[in-house]
Amino acid sequence: MGKSYKVEKSYEEINAKIKTGEVVVVTAEEMIGIVDEKGPVEAARQVDVVTTGTFAPMCSSGAFLNIGQSTPTVRTTATWFNNVPAYSGVAAVDCYLGATAVCDDDPLNKVYPGEFRYGGGHVIEDLVAGKTVYIRADSYGTACYPNLHIEKEMTLESLPSATLCNPRNGYQNYNCAVNPSDKTIYTYMGTLKPKMGNANYCSAGELSPLMNDPLYKTIGFGTRIFLGGAQGYVAGPGTQHRPGGARGENGVPLSPAGTLWTMGDLKKMSPEWLRGVSMRGYGCSLSVGLGIPIPILNEEMAQFTAVRDEEIFTQIVDYSDDYPKGVSRSLGQVSYKELKSGSITVDGETIQTVPLSSMVKARAVAETLKGWIQRGEFLLGVPQELLPVE
Amino acid sequence: MQSKILILKFPKEASPEPVVCYLARDYELTFAILHANIFPRREGMMVLELKGTRENFKKGLEYLKSKGIKVSRSDQEVTRDEGRCTHCGACTAVCPTGALSIKRPSMEVLFDLEKCSACELCVPTCPSHAMKANPKDKNFF
Repeated sequence: MGKSYKVEKSYEEINAKIKTGEVVVVTAEEMIGIVDEKGPVEAARQVDVVTTGTFAPMCSSGAFLNIGQSTPTVRTTATWFNNVPAYSGVAAVDCYLGATAVCDDDPLNKVYPGEFRYGGGHVIEDLVAGKTVYIRADSYGTACYPNLHIEKEMTLESLPSATLCNPRNGYQNYNCAVNPSDKTIYTYMGTLKPKMGNANYCSAGELSPLMNDPLYKTIGFGTRIFLGGAQGYVAGPGTQHRPGGARGENGVPLSPAGTLWTMGDLKKMSPEWLRGVSMRGYGCSLSVGLGIPIPILNEEMAQFTAVRDEEIFTQIVDYSDDYPKGVSRSLGQVSYKELKSGSITVDGETIQTVPLSSMVKARAVAETLKGWIQRGEFLLGVPQELLPVE
Repeated sequence: MQSKILILKFPKEASPEPVVCYLARDYELTFAILHANIFPRREGMMVLELKGTRENFKKGLEYLKSKGIKVSRSDQEVTRDEGRCTHCGACTAVCPTGALSIKRPSMEVLFDLEKCSACELCVPTCPSHAMKANPKDKNFF
């Protein structure tokens, strides 16, 4: 605090420019060249907002759904959407449908590796695609809520309320997973071939939201974001938000660190940005499109948003033995430039790299958000409290 | 000489004979196993690239059928639903022929049907179910 900058802008000034259409918005990829050419001070003078984006499976996602009352009334204690169970220990007809909940009767991993074809993430995608879902719920019956069982068909439109509420999204950096064992393993990081046949990673690198504001100087409770194709909010630090680990000189963490709790109105979202996914041998999940606008309040933010793949590093982790045993060990450090090149070298061996995070969709998120801001459809949300840094 | 990629389906009751070994020994067919899922006393499947003279090829097929194995051609059986593909890249971990690859620097996932051996490994691996196996001509033989 108290640091003085050559360029100083406020959220209010930037929002005023968005309203008049004078705002200058670029994506995090475009910002690299601008800072390179003009330097951070001049870049901060010219650019007001840098948009970021990511699209990848984010398991810790789900939706609070209210299914509306029935006659006679019901206080649901167990609810299923297309046979996928939702947590119903909330009031009356509220429930939380988690992205990783698997449809009842799924064979799971009984015939290994299981396919996990339908789960909570798929229900959420079906809902935003406008499809009808079949709902059933049970109760034990009370004087005020006598109904013991209800069944009905509903669409997202007919649900009284539906809120996407994701306790852990937008992981700031993530492990690069390998399998040194002698048989194929199926993990949440995808299929890992034996003897380090491939190295899987999952981050948009230089375009990823928290890589562009590594010390959370502009992101916190109330930051308005792109979430699932609509405007949503950061509702605080996500679960497992661990900002305290090792960081590079540029402030970017060298292993998984910050996370975001996000929420938004599911009714406004779209299946293009919320996609139910199945990880073979592991389970169901939801791929989420997430983008955060970073206000260029000063030259420091301009410098942060100019981060490049070659300046962002992560650790190579053994998912066959170390990870399941809870052993924290790195087999090496690699940059996202190396990971995105298609191969990395570990112990003299060249290993094919495999992304799980879509750069094509991440770029589309950043471009969409840029368009919204340029057209004055999206104003910056002033964070009420920044994410904790320690 | 002819070379074809075949899908062999072993019913539960199929003979436990080492058929691939006999194909090579008795019919002089060279083989490459592209994918195999064989369980004792359960249904199994194998994707086999088989090469040999036309006559031996035919005899080898007759031998397979005599053992109760269902043989179909694999050509052009895997397709991609472009609307569902998110270009994440997960499929490139398992594709053995490079039919699925990443274009750099855009990081777009390309699908080259010409290179596809129809091993179908991408089908259960694709997180968003974009890859589909569509048998086009089940009764080719």
